[in-house]
Order: sequence, then C-alpha cells, then structure tokens
Amino acid sequence: MTDANWHDEPVPYMARTRQYYRAMGYTRDYTWAEHDTIPFNRSPGTLRGMRITLISTAGPPDWTGARKPEDRHVCTTELANLPQEFATNVAWDRESTHVRDPESYVPVRALTRLASDGLFGTLTPRLISVPTVYSSRRTLEEDAPKVLAACVEDGTEAAVLTAL
Amino acid sequence: MCHQTVSLVARYLEEHGIPTVVVGSARDIVEHCGVPRFLFSDIPLGNPCGRPWQRDEQLEVVAEALDMLAEAPAPGLTWLSAAVWPHDPAWRTRYGRVGPDNAAALAATGDERRLNRAALRQQDASGNASAEAGA
Repeated sequence: MTDANWHDEPVPYMARTRQYYRAMGYTRDYTWAEHDTIPFNRSPGTLRGMRITLISTAGPPDWTGARKPEDRHVCTTELANLPQEFATNVAWDRESTHVRDPESYVPVRALTRLASDGLFGTLTPRLISVPTVYSSRRTLEEDAPKVLAACVEDGTEAAVLTAL
Repeated sequence: MCHQTVSLVARYLEEHGIPTVVVGSARDIVEHCGVPRFLFSDIPLGNPCGRPWQRDEQLEVVAEALDMLAEAPAPGLTWLSAAVWPHDPAWRTRYGRVGPDNAAALAATGDERRLNRAALRQQDASGNASAEAGA
C-alpha cells in the first residue's frame, strides 16, 4: 500500500485516477481545476423561510443511453415525478457500495422532512442535474450558466450540491 | 469527476450571489478546486448523503449540510459528516486500484475506449460534413 495511513486517511482520488488512467495507456495526465481564491457569500445564520434547491450529478434515466458524456446536458426534473432509478453511469466505487438507494445521493426525502420541521422554508420544485464531463471549460462556460438560469427561474436562495 | 463538476458549479453560483454547500466523498478533488462550503462524507464514492437505506444517517448528513450552509464563517472550510462505513476498513484500498492482476485488463480497456472515442469522433465529423453539405 503506497497510500499513507490507508485505514483512516481520506482516499487520494486524484492520485488514484492518475495511476488508473496511466495503466489504461493514457499519456497525458488530467489537469484538475485549481483556484487561488474562493467566492463566498456570508452565511445567513438561519435558513428559515429560504428557498433551497437540490443540484446533483445524478441525472434522468435517458442520460444512460447517451453516446458519450458530452451528449448529456443540464436538465431539471420535477420532484413530484422523480424517476425510481437515476442515470448513475459515472465513476463511483462499484466494488464497495451500490447506488440503488437514490436518497443516498439525491436526498429529497431528508430535505422535505427538514423543511417540514422548519429548518428552512421550501425545497424548490425541481432537481437540477448537471452532467459530469471531461472538460471543466464546458462545465463552466455552458453548464454552470444553465444551472444558474434554472435557479433564478425557481427563485433559489441557497443550494445543496451532491456529487455521486 | 463528479466532484469537480459540482465544485465548479458551486463556485459559479456563489459568484452570482447564491450560497452553496457541496456534499461529497472525494475530499482532495473538492479542496483542490476550492469551494465555499464542503461537507465531507468519508465513505465510498456513490453515497455522499450517507449509506444506502440508512435513513437516520442520511437525515443527519443533510441536516449537517444545512447547518454548514447557514453558519460556516469563512470560505474553503471542510466539515466532516456523520456518515460512517463500519466493518469494512479495506474499502479505502479498492477504488482505482492498479496491480499485476488487473494491469493487462486495464490496458485492454484503454485500447477499447480509444477506439470507441475515435469512432464517435468520426461519426460526429461525418454528421457535420453532411449537415454543411445540406445547408
């Protein structure tokens, strides 16, 4: 085991991904996004009355049939009509777990319960799905603006984003 | 790469005035990108909001995400979620493992992927050429 403290340290996914793709014969390592500064809006202190939107990389079932990841696009799904199974054909740990319980990555039940408990105002009525693509430029220049547009349309005041 | 995707989107939304919290399991990727608020679930990739079917744990993780959204005092903080992965410490060694037993299979998978991508690029190029010819 070359990873330090393998039994309790966070998994080094960037290093693992690098060695995995090298083993598949790729000669150029992926360049992960990195920034010197972090944008930040002051935390509101309380979420009471706020409209919160759920955003995930889990997508609608028809994403599964896409010829390639780049053929998937930002989309919304009414929470009242969520599919029983999401498109989950992205990189997750297939040897250790499974994704048959959508609540473990699209936590609508938990958010609905916490809204009804008064922790925040309302869960906005649509899940926003954003596709995982190789190009960070595509995510930033095409997908993120579409997510923002959907948020504006839904009156989003804060967002919870889950990564599969 | 899902973690990079949500990290980039979180940054973009935050730049446009919407406070965000990212819930995920790949700490290095999210922290490398830099997000306003990150709730880290130190369990296998695929269940950022807690283990499958563990409703109490999932509720706790989501409540923690909301707490962080409401209260994180500064950008770039990581909070550790309540999610746990008991009885299977070896999970940390599995994802993306490369060894003598799978090296040949990985090399073959890489060859197949490159062939498939090349075929798709060719299909796309043919499609574009047909569209231009028809325009």
